[in-house]
Amino acid sequence: MRLFENTNVKFIQNRYWAYALSLIVIISGLVSLVVKGGPRWSIDFTGGVSIELNLAPIQSYMPPIHIDNIRKVLKENGVEDAEIQKIGDPNGSVYLIKASKREPQQTQILDILKKAFPDYTRKPEQQLIRLQEEVGPKVGDELKVQAIKAVLISFLLMIIYIWFRFELTFGIAAVLALVHDVLITVGLFSLLNKEISVTIVAALLTIVGFSINDTIVIYDRIREDMKIHRKEPIDVVFNNAINRTLSRTIITSGTVLLSIISLLVFGGTVIRDFGWAMLIGVISGTYSSVLVASPLVVEYYRIRGLKDKDVKSFKKKK
Amino acid sequence: MKKSTFRGVAILIFVLVTIVFLIPNIMQQVSPGSTKYLPDFWGNKKLKLGLDLRGGMQILLDVDTSKLPDKEKDQAVKSAIEVIRNRIDQFGVQEPSIQRIGTNRIMVQLPGLKEINRAKDLIGKTALLEFKLVAEGTQAKDVVNAMDVYLSKNIDRYRYLNKYNDKTNNEEKKTGNAATDILKTTKTAADTNRVVLDSLLAADSGHIFSNLVGSGKDTMTIAYEDANLLQTLVQDSLFKQAVPSGFQIAIGKEDKNDPRADRDVYVLYSNAEVTGKYLSNAQTKIGSGYDPKTANKPYISFKFNREGARKFDRLTGDNIKKRLAIVLDGIVYVAPVIQDRISRGEGQITGNFTMEECNDLVIVLRAGNLPAPVSVAEERTVGSTLGTDSIKSGALATGMALVFIIVFMLLYYGLSGLLADFGLIINIGFILAMMSLFQATLTLPGIAGIILTFGMAVDANVLIFERIREELKAGKTVRSAVEAGFHRATVTIWDSNLTTLIAAAVLYQFGTGPIRGFAVTLSIGILGSMFCAIVIVKGIFDNFVTKNNPDKLSV
Repeated sequence: MRLFENTNVKFIQNRYWAYALSLIVIISGLVSLVVKGGPRWSIDFTGGVSIELNLAPIQSYMPPIHIDNIRKVLKENGVEDAEIQKIGDPNGSVYLIKASKREPQQTQILDILKKAFPDYTRKPEQQLIRLQEEVGPKVGDELKVQAIKAVLISFLLMIIYIWFRFELTFGIAAVLALVHDVLITVGLFSLLNKEISVTIVAALLTIVGFSINDTIVIYDRIREDMKIHRKEPIDVVFNNAINRTLSRTIITSGTVLLSIISLLVFGGTVIRDFGWAMLIGVISGTYSSVLVASPLVVEYYRIRGLKDKDVKSFKKKK
Repeated sequence: MKKSTFRGVAILIFVLVTIVFLIPNIMQQVSPGSTKYLPDFWGNKKLKLGLDLRGGMQILLDVDTSKLPDKEKDQAVKSAIEVIRNRIDQFGVQEPSIQRIGTNRIMVQLPGLKEINRAKDLIGKTALLEFKLVAEGTQAKDVVNAMDVYLSKNIDRYRYLNKYNDKTNNEEKKTGNAATDILKTTKTAADTNRVVLDSLLAADSGHIFSNLVGSGKDTMTIAYEDANLLQTLVQDSLFKQAVPSGFQIAIGKEDKNDPRADRDVYVLYSNAEVTGKYLSNAQTKIGSGYDPKTANKPYISFKFNREGARKFDRLTGDNIKKRLAIVLDGIVYVAPVIQDRISRGEGQITGNFTMEECNDLVIVLRAGNLPAPVSVAEERTVGSTLGTDSIKSGALATGMALVFIIVFMLLYYGLSGLLADFGLIINIGFILAMMSLFQATLTLPGIAGIILTFGMAVDANVLIFERIREELKAGKTVRSAVEAGFHRATVTIWDSNLTTLIAAAVLYQFGTGPIRGFAVTLSIGILGSMFCAIVIVKGIFDNFVTKNNPDKLSV
């Protein structure tokens, strides 16, 4: 079976359309981020409590608790900002309760619920509590710094590696493409009102790893072709290289997407947001490898008014 | 030929290592416990499930050493770890892990824990046991009055107490100001009489504190629904400073059997006469006799060491008929009247205990107090139900991803695709084997990492096959196309995978627990897939091509 054989799409020629599309998505994400005052950090970063409880009644004939009742009881007991949500099966009784601020009264959510709903909570803790997380505000702040640092350090190391193996311009262009992917993922998460948790940061770094992989494959081909077709203008060489690797790019992204889709469909609720981040990131990463990273290098040579023969240093390198 | 022998050996080692370290895991699956027949260095190398999969609690504690001199800080954290380990051992959890993180943090992991909140209480308790005399009569009244004055003046800071403010805001402000004015004028003249003065002034200002603790009767009490308010209040640093020096205000213990009962409030002399440092033993006992207050109820019996016994002897001898409060972590457990001198150094803490409470207290008393207060910086608990659910869905997702990719590769690349599938399966085995070898922990993000590796693992093969197709199309013979394909693609595979490895390494640096697990699986997966593609699949290709020299290739 063969798909994408002998493609000759004019990626480089049409790069402005690609830039425009990227900018539209990035800007709408940024607008959402600005309007909402930054990403929606999860309690990993803000500090707070998050509890997932199985509040099925102990006697099967009893009606399930209504979500508003939980909210009311918590409010009466001083937990003002609780966010309550039903998880999984809409007929089930699994609730996720989050409170961001850690007033002394708010650490006791479980105690409050136990007192208010004995018929729904009188069971072994192992059955009642599915997930209980509590993060102090100090840890959260530290983590935020660490997360941002981690992403920036990964960018820096990528630039250095590509500088060493290719050229600085290529490294910068590749990292701009990575910034593009991270911005799109974070922006879309903000638009979709999804939280940025530690797991999502892990997804972002994985996306960075995946996207750079794709970009390097194309760069590698460009480097190889440059050595063979010394006479041809840069944009032709670039466009051919992208086209020759297009099949591989799409097949690999396809297999990764197959993995992600099975993770999303079958992987359970805990890992779902991770799956969404990966889905967005892999699509964006593939797109940026083809339509952002290499065209940006061409852009650089155009702007500097460099002639093709000026790319000598690059041609010499192996 | 020499090169291929070397390759053969490499492949053999790779496959052998994979198989050897998969065996304990397989044995464990087939019949749990059977790994004990293997030698330890081998049988112990099993895949560990993370807390998020098997259920359990992970708690990160912050040790507050800010009040200790620099020299003692390090030791304080070390002995805190010891104390916590003792407590956990006595509580009885299997395979606990207690580690120091950074300078003043302690990570405690308790897998398969059943009573989550009980364990949490147990670990985080400072368990500072103190014996303090109760201030009564006018002294107590003076303190209460002083607090009334302080709160009236500073009601803005304690808005949550507004419902106990018996004056309207306006009036209160006026009198508050008036009180300060009087205070100012008389301050120089009668500085020492300040407490008395305050009590006079209090008659004029609000009675917020008196109202809160229902004072006026013999004992002060607080309604259960306001207990949290009072606790917040007495922990407030400015409030603490406002308490006349030498005294402190403390709240009585909650009755677990009757949580809605009022709780006592005490004014104590803040100087601790004797502390838990001198305890030599503590035990849970059950009361006997006919007194309904104690019969068949659990209580704690404790014994002091010599020095403690001497101090206790003097304390009780000097203060007969006074009340002595037994205070644990700032909460008054019981405050009996000293009836007689106690010289044998033995005592009891009675109170409305549940059996469980009593046992937990004995554990913390025996293990000793923490040298510095700890607070929970982070807690993550996964119930066993969710853990089991996660394992199930993780396994399903893994299986489905595997099937999708295997079928796809087979359809798209024919027989060559089959080789890639073969490489993929070896690679999964390799990931699991390596994780067992390093006794790494398999977490849910780790499973996600494995699933993602499937997609990425075939990438090396895709690169090679695409290149071979291209070379074939350019008119090369099968043999030279395979040669050129592998040769060219290998450079790309190195470059692209090394950068991905860089990202994984950063991820490892950044993360803790589950995230690290993810970074590890991702890295092993990348390395394994490179080996599978560049060495194993290439070896098979080479053998096939050199031996048969076919003129067609299913790619």
